[in-house]
Amino acid sequence: MQVRFWGTRGSLPSPLTAADIRAKLAAALMAARGQRLDTAEAVDGFVASLPFSISGTFGGDSSCVELIDGGDHHVLCDLGSGARRYGVEMLRRHGPDQPQTYHVFMSHLHWDHIMGFPMFPPAYVPGNRIIIHGCHAELATAFRRQHGAPSFPVEFDQLQAQVEFVVLEPDRKTEIAGYRITPMLQRHGGDSYGYRFEKNGKCVVYSTDSEHRTEQTEEAEKFAHFFHDADLVIFDAMYSLAEAASVKEDWGHSSNVIGVELCQMAKAKRLCLFHHEPTYTDEQIEDVLRKTRRLEAITRAESPLEIMTAYDGLVVTL
Amino acid sequence: MEIGVEDRGQALVLRVHGRIDHLNAAAFHNALTPHLEHCCADGVPILLDLSGLEYISSAGLRIFMIVAKQAHARGGRIAVAEMQPLVREIFEISHFHLVYEIFSSTAEALAAIGNTTTTSA
Repeated sequence: MQVRFWGTRGSLPSPLTAADIRAKLAAALMAARGQRLDTAEAVDGFVASLPFSISGTFGGDSSCVELIDGGDHHVLCDLGSGARRYGVEMLRRHGPDQPQTYHVFMSHLHWDHIMGFPMFPPAYVPGNRIIIHGCHAELATAFRRQHGAPSFPVEFDQLQAQVEFVVLEPDRKTEIAGYRITPMLQRHGGDSYGYRFEKNGKCVVYSTDSEHRTEQTEEAEKFAHFFHDADLVIFDAMYSLAEAASVKEDWGHSSNVIGVELCQMAKAKRLCLFHHEPTYTDEQIEDVLRKTRRLEAITRAESPLEIMTAYDGLVVTL
Repeated sequence: MEIGVEDRGQALVLRVHGRIDHLNAAAFHNALTPHLEHCCADGVPILLDLSGLEYISSAGLRIFMIVAKQAHARGGRIAVAEMQPLVREIFEISHFHLVYEIFSSTAEALAAIGNTTTTSA
């Protein structure tokens, strides 16, 4: 199984600016002083040696994550702005004449998680089937109302694909597209839901837009059970713990520190920090990753937990 | 987890020992609460001596946040001192070094936050 991240930023897309690109170029050129870079291989090697915050970017699209297992149906989590690029790639790969089926699992219906759907090319292709799953009763309403006047030039009913909505029940395991899928209620304004996906002995947990109160033992243990033995936990690490416990308390997001603790309790194998704060620079996100790895190392009790941070384009093979 | 109490006159020193995690965070909060009443603008500063604290989880740090908020809301002053390296790292990774005044020694902390109008015994 593979997981591909198409959108990883929280709350609002956050594209780089010209000044950001210029700063990366300047930093790379400073680092290149004294290097012998007279072949393409040498340049590639040098670029690969740079910190990711200089050689790349964590990206700016909002939440959209693809699960890939070679099955006939496509599986996605959330339709943030990253869904546009994903949809373009699907059309490029399959063309308009091979109808595809997409299963989408919605964490919740806040704008940054649905905003990609009006620009999702497969929705405009006749014969495609798009099944949007979620636990909110307002699932269809939320998608329909962002189409049409005065917000968008295309009415929802003009979409050429067959779009269906399926309301799931939290804590009830369901079989969809060959996955065993369990949704779980999370603490977030208007509620959000995490999903545990299991297939062929592999497990991915998608848990974004979720605030945790680990001092509430029962709640912490419930999440540890939800994450148990997961190969990958995609976790909302938008704030520092101090922010999440003070000025941003009740804003519905979590921290890297709680991600490490819950994954250690759950004996998960990998933690992927996700839903990055939109004001964070690439350097700040890289710093959070470095500190999170250090926290894991100094608090490790048993087997190590691999820490990674999501970026648009990241592919994780389980 | 245990708390030792020492009234140093210019400040109340609370010595925290052991580990604080989700299993005993509530007990830690309960143990601190009676001492917070006097931590106000005209009252006694609190110094948390963490030399005996071996580990703190997010649940324990949340209690540190609640306690800081309560003290600051009353105009009181609260600080920490003598953190073990591991606990100091956890504080910094969690950004709690932005919430608390941190001192390397109790003496340094008392000199900085202790009431100058009261002499120690």
